[in-house]
Amino acid sequence: MRQRQNNDHPVLFVLPALGLMLVVAVYPLITTFWLSLRDEFPIFHLSCFVGLSHYVTLWNDPRFWQSLANTAYFTAVSVSAEVALGLGVALLLHQVFPARGLIRGLVLMPWFIPTVVAARLWEWIYHPHFGVLNALLLQGGLITTGLNWLGQPTLALHAAVVADVWKTMPFAVLLILAGLQTVPGDLYRAARVDGATAAQTFWHITLPWLVPAVGITVLFRTLDALRVFDVVYVLTGGGPANTTETLSIYTYRLSFQTLEFGYGAALAVVTFIIILVVSLFLQFLLRRVSATT
Amino acid sequence: MNRPRVTQFFSKRRDRVIRYVGARLLVSVGLLFTLAFCLFPVLWQVITALKPASDLATVPPFFPTQPTLDHFHTVFTQRPFARILFNSTAVAILTTCVCLLAGTPAAFAFAKLRVPGQRGLLTGILAVSMFPPIAIVGSLFLLIRFLRLRDTWWALILADTTFTLPLTIWVLTSFFRDVPDDLLRAARVDGCTARQALWHVFLPVVTPGLTTAALLTFVFAWNEFLFALTFTATDASRTVPVEIALFPGVHEMPWGEIAAAATVVSLPLLILVVVAQRRFVSGLTAGAVKG
Repeated sequence: MRQRQNNDHPVLFVLPALGLMLVVAVYPLITTFWLSLRDEFPIFHLSCFVGLSHYVTLWNDPRFWQSLANTAYFTAVSVSAEVALGLGVALLLHQVFPARGLIRGLVLMPWFIPTVVAARLWEWIYHPHFGVLNALLLQGGLITTGLNWLGQPTLALHAAVVADVWKTMPFAVLLILAGLQTVPGDLYRAARVDGATAAQTFWHITLPWLVPAVGITVLFRTLDALRVFDVVYVLTGGGPANTTETLSIYTYRLSFQTLEFGYGAALAVVTFIIILVVSLFLQFLLRRVSATT
Repeated sequence: MNRPRVTQFFSKRRDRVIRYVGARLLVSVGLLFTLAFCLFPVLWQVITALKPASDLATVPPFFPTQPTLDHFHTVFTQRPFARILFNSTAVAILTTCVCLLAGTPAAFAFAKLRVPGQRGLLTGILAVSMFPPIAIVGSLFLLIRFLRLRDTWWALILADTTFTLPLTIWVLTSFFRDVPDDLLRAARVDGCTARQALWHVFLPVVTPGLTTAALLTFVFAWNEFLFALTFTATDASRTVPVEIALFPGVHEMPWGEIAAAATVVSLPLLILVVVAQRRFVSGLTAGAVKG
């Protein structure tokens, strides 16, 4: 009996999963911290301790500040657009109309398409000579010469934002729609009895009820946008003139193109800390807002 | 109001009809725009894939003058695309197996048994799924090189597990929680060990949860790019996203072939979404809203 109990201990159930996480998440993260304190050039078999000097270099590295600014701008614009559009589309999809299940499925589609494919798809749409976007704008008379969407520093980051919004807006729709479905019908009936207009019902019932769902959407999307890599890397590779280089892309280039593993690790650690701080701050905010409504 | 009652009634009713029609119209137009925005890029890709090479360098015409399957043919005959599809499929399926094997007992224990330090562990697991992959890709690279796993499926499976295992555990825990505790108690009374209870009593009940977790893991592994870009070197392990990102071109990018390849890899996912939409939705919202 005793033997049997031991075999059944809850810890044994979680052991394989925790062991794996230790190997694939905790250990690499610790290694990254350790690497960031060293000079590491694997191909030259060079490896030595340099203390915090990478962090000092980073502080004085204009490319770091630019990639931070790019990432912050990308995150702010794409997350606001996604949540605003997502809210609108979720309200639409919540209405009653024919073939609702199919239409919901179609709207979710972009989110399941591999990000790399989505980036390629937009790259082709943006193509300066053969792209359909320029063709449509030219035909509509909105522009007189084709624009170089991905080659012009002022346009490239915005073009990447549009591609990202297209790809991830469905995720916002999904979460907000789930929130909408939890609004109790009684509230609407009560509002109608009290003679509330549609606008009042929306403003005083639907919206406050959606605060947690929208908050979680903002949280998830922000954390995702701050670590953005795939869509921008494939679209522009960080160019033109590093105007679309995000923190993740700069880190990747440092580690795998110039092979400065140590310096790359320092930037990775800083990126990690930034995301951690933003995440904790947003969760704190979310809790405060949810508590007051 | 000194209007006669009858007209007042009619005008009120007319108002309501106008408002109803207006609202319907607004919904229809909104849906039309939404669908156009969401579907146009995908449709354009399919149209591009069907265009003969001579049509690619000019728009308009917007539609292919003579639809052709040439690009699909080229992708499969002149490139190792079949092998790459096989790599992607194998990595996605094996990652899903690893995650379900390790994740199911863990989720069961978190939901139904008492694991010491449970809250902290669950929070930690969720935190891992949110941290930037770039923070570990460098050290994972060194680890994989040390294990001599570079350019193998197992490198990708190991790396993908970092993010899919937390997802699996999180989704499954929420499904296990929905099963009444009485079921475990009844199984215990009948003399089941926790392990037997999981196998014979709980697994059949949470099959929908397992399907959901498996689908999400599969899609994640199928789409993963950063790790695949870093840890693969040749056709031996290269996956579809890397192949599409690195599609080689001599002078100009082979856009028709890229579009054909993109269509081929999107197709299974699109079918999956339309068929199993409810599974995906329940999984994603279970992780987010309940947590």
